[in-house]
Amino acid sequence: MKEYTFYTGCSSEKRASAYNMEHSIQSMCAILDIKLNEIDDWNCCSASIGYAGGGQLPRMALTARNFALAQKQQGSKDVVATCAACWLALRETNERIHEEPEVKSDLNVALKEAGLSYDGSLKSRHMVEVLIEDFGWDVLKSKVKKPLKGLKVAGYVGCQTNRPFGVCGDSFENPTYLDKMIEATGATAVPFAKKVACCGGALAFSENEKSCALVKDILQDAAANGAEAIVTPCPVCQLNVEVYQGKVNKLFGTNFNIPVLYYSQLFVLSWGGSWKEAALDQQVVSADALKRFA
Amino acid sequence: MAYDLSFAKEVYKNAEMGHWIKMCMQCGVCSGSCPLGPHWEFGPRQLFQMVRSGKMDEVLQSDSMWMCTSCYNCIVRCPRGLPITHIVHGLARYAVVKGKVKPNQVTARFAKNIFWENIVSTGRVGEAALTMKLYFVDGLAQGIQNGLEMKDSALGMLKTGRLNPLPFRSKIKGFAGFEAMLKKARELEEKREKGA
Ligand code: SF4
Ligand code: SF4
Repeated sequence: MKEYTFYTGCSSEKRASAYNMEHSIQSMCAILDIKLNEIDDWNCCSASIGYAGGGQLPRMALTARNFALAQKQQGSKDVVATCAACWLALRETNERIHEEPEVKSDLNVALKEAGLSYDGSLKSRHMVEVLIEDFGWDVLKSKVKKPLKGLKVAGYVGCQTNRPFGVCGDSFENPTYLDKMIEATGATAVPFAKKVACCGGALAFSENEKSCALVKDILQDAAANGAEAIVTPCPVCQLNVEVYQGKVNKLFGTNFNIPVLYYSQLFVLSWGGSWKEAALDQQVVSADALKRFA
Repeated sequence: MAYDLSFAKEVYKNAEMGHWIKMCMQCGVCSGSCPLGPHWEFGPRQLFQMVRSGKMDEVLQSDSMWMCTSCYNCIVRCPRGLPITHIVHGLARYAVVKGKVKPNQVTARFAKNIFWENIVSTGRVGEAALTMKLYFVDGLAQGIQNGLEMKDSALGMLKTGRLNPLPFRSKIKGFAGFEAMLKKARELEEKREKGA
């Protein structure tokens, strides 16, 4: 069994928007014999828009507190995040702590008020890095019991799981890890020029129609390449492309009905997990097109 | 005409990552890479040059930097290695600090008054409260209309167990320490933002 410290993040909580991701990731980890030890009493990382209300130190203090708790509770184990924005916040805070001694000391002055401290030594990783680096493609392929043969999938990497840090040294302009994951389940990764295009991120809240225009282009490209489903590692991409499909159809007179799934859902299904274990019953745009593999 | 460098100096010193603006060679790769570029009044390249030429009000009152989706496209492409995303966020934040943000700037209101307040009041985001407050930001009537417009999405989320219908959420266990930590961080931050 492999153990990691787990930073859950708000959208992965029960009855939150990415619970389908969290649920399927737990099923995926059960099959891989991974134990994710949740940081007790973690707080929100403020995602990518904490700068507006918090500025730099309060924003980074949020993440520093999570690291401090992780260190206290789990020692030196790697901190794993499944959400792109959470992962980014962890990486950025660590980087600033390493590069700017002043940031490190200021953050510790703030943490002290909560009876905590953090030395900057924990490694933060994305779940897909864990899959690729600690397990590897052969293991991921060897788990397949029901190959998703014939399923055409557009691999939508999006922004924050790709930039600015990148995953496993992959290209920023044409990352391949997600296509490889799709192929590892037996499905076909279709060519997808919009694979790293932006979905509008948090601006889907405040600038919804502008965000919808970006989502439309993504859906259009997936459809034009014959994709039956879009797969992504990012909860914001998943939410924006799935939940605003109806609005896109209204705004642009289109007729999209493409399920938007997580890589973990594809893995669980192909590894013999049930529809429920893959959280495929939690989709807003129905995933019934995949029922033939259930 | 001589350039007034006081605003540029202020930004270099007080705004997050502001000193990097000195390094910009005005190639425009950032603006050309920006997904919401067509909606920016001034793209990142132009904003940076405006900082250098002392156009404080034009920069800080602009909607531009509030159009950043944090996609990090510009960062990985900039030939001079500028942390553009962070500079843009820094300028947005500096506009808040200087009280220059237009009162109806919708992303600023969402990010600062709704999202940040939502986090710091309990320690964790409550998505239902977040959505509701956003809908009602322009009052009750507009709120009901906004809510109805998004009814299908919200219902879909509810039915699939991905939206908690109760806007109330309890505080994290260590909330007192969390609050004290943020207060201290705020104090230290204010010193930086004032250039002390
Ligand atoms: S890409 Fe970099 S150097 Fe070019 S204009 Fe933008 S910030 Fe300046
Ligand atoms: S990070 Fe912001 S400024 Fe940079 S390309 Fe994306 S939206 Fe534009």
